[in-house]
Amino acid sequence: MAYEITLLTTMAISVLFALSLNFISGFCGQISLGHAAFLGTGAYTSALLTKASVPFLLTLPLAAMTAALLGVLVGLTSLRVRHDFLAITTMGVAFLFVGIVRQQDFLGGEIGVSGIPPTGLGRVGFLILAISLAAAFAAFSLYVRRSWMGFVFKSIADNEDVARLLGIDVPRYKLAAFVVGTAVAGVAGALYAHHFRFLAPDSFGFIESVSVLAMVIVGGIGSVWGVAFAAAILSVLPLMFQFVNDFKLLLYSALLFAMMRFSPDGVAGLVRRFLVTGPRNRG
Amino acid sequence: MAEILSIEDVTVRFGGVTAVSGASLSIGQGELIGFIGPNGAGKTTLMRVITGVVQPQQGRVLLAGRDMANWSVSRRVRAGLALAQQIVQPLHDMSLLENVTLAVGMRHTASPLLSLLHTARGREQTVARELLARVGIGDAADALPATLPLGFLKRMEVARALALQPKLLLLDEPLAGLNQQEARAMADLIAELSRQGQTILLIEHNLREVIRICPTLYVQDNGKPLAFGQTQQVMADPAVRRAYLGAAA
Repeated sequence: MAYEITLLTTMAISVLFALSLNFISGFCGQISLGHAAFLGTGAYTSALLTKASVPFLLTLPLAAMTAALLGVLVGLTSLRVRHDFLAITTMGVAFLFVGIVRQQDFLGGEIGVSGIPPTGLGRVGFLILAISLAAAFAAFSLYVRRSWMGFVFKSIADNEDVARLLGIDVPRYKLAAFVVGTAVAGVAGALYAHHFRFLAPDSFGFIESVSVLAMVIVGGIGSVWGVAFAAAILSVLPLMFQFVNDFKLLLYSALLFAMMRFSPDGVAGLVRRFLVTGPRNRG
Repeated sequence: MAEILSIEDVTVRFGGVTAVSGASLSIGQGELIGFIGPNGAGKTTLMRVITGVVQPQQGRVLLAGRDMANWSVSRRVRAGLALAQQIVQPLHDMSLLENVTLAVGMRHTASPLLSLLHTARGREQTVARELLARVGIGDAADALPATLPLGFLKRMEVARALALQPKLLLLDEPLAGLNQQEARAMADLIAELSRQGQTILLIEHNLREVIRICPTLYVQDNGKPLAFGQTQQVMADPAVRRAYLGAAA
């Protein structure tokens, strides 16, 4: 039973993390290759605070805030660069994060942070918290997509110059997307820290950033259900099958490539096409 | 007559090239002004100065008496400027109706927080449908832009600009790329909008249609203002004939 709880908790945290990137990249069209840095910011913030005897639940909003603060900084650069240049800039954020954390003794340097205290919620309680947070953010994402904010995001993702001509203050909306997405990544980081109870800087580098982007793209960028599904599956495969873990980056890259080639709108697109054209082809 | 837009002595240089030099123009409430000039006359540059994409080195642009220097594009739009672009730019993932609905809902899109608090689109969609019908493409409201011919998208651009309820409607070559019949129908539509009281600045190459529908003309050549006045007087001006028609004939 303990093993299943571990798997489900990992799943829930990954779903929350992937949905947070989906908010920025899927909804607002701002590609980020450094999203793990925000997971890391939240994780380190929360871990150091609970080690200093701050109650775990109180560290959640604080982890969100520090991650969002970094998110605003990166968001500000997103106002100056677009598309491929934004991808490269955000990739730099991932490398910077790891590079800086490694050098800081108070963050544990290369060795990382260990001995993170338990949350006091118990394993099941912690699982329920993780699932509730993931479900709540999924519900929020679905709501946003229906709201005028989702409508505006869609226009910015499509053509931000046109959005400006329709009176939309594009910079403010982009920053809003970054603040929400990175704050939620920070919360996911706090959960991550107390799930594994150990942090190392390399866990939040480029590879983790690419992995989460793979989850978003495989699921279907912008699709809440698709991304949640892909994150749930892709996060536990390496835990269930050793060979997946050994070749994680290779497999994820192959999957990413296959999706881009055959179904750029991901699993969500496959399902949609099957529902729409499948019966018609057969009938 | 209240002044909607006034351009005062605007000069734009790109490096060593002077694209617009000393342009001055004013548009009163309800006017329809045709803005013409040969290729390279600086028409598009002046249009970009008005929308805020290009900053002038000299001079100023006032919208309803307010200097728009350093205003972002979106702020200008909210202050009452709307542009239908020469190269049509529909939002491709949205139907024509959604394209126009987003513009109608500018009250909800003023800030991220406001936009987050509103979900209903029914009222805006109704207005958007009326606008699409008004420009003559009501039947195509639910189609995606990629499936439609240029003439429809040109009209959608106009409907989307009208949806912003602008004080001044800027039309950048709305007839370009249309055949003679379509161009005539589009010109009729512009004239009709003008009759309904919309203030319009029309940049256009199609001289025949411009002369037919615009009571006032502004002519620019080589970046310099050449003539500004009643269409018949302007067209009788020998300098205009030489610069504009002489080159074409």
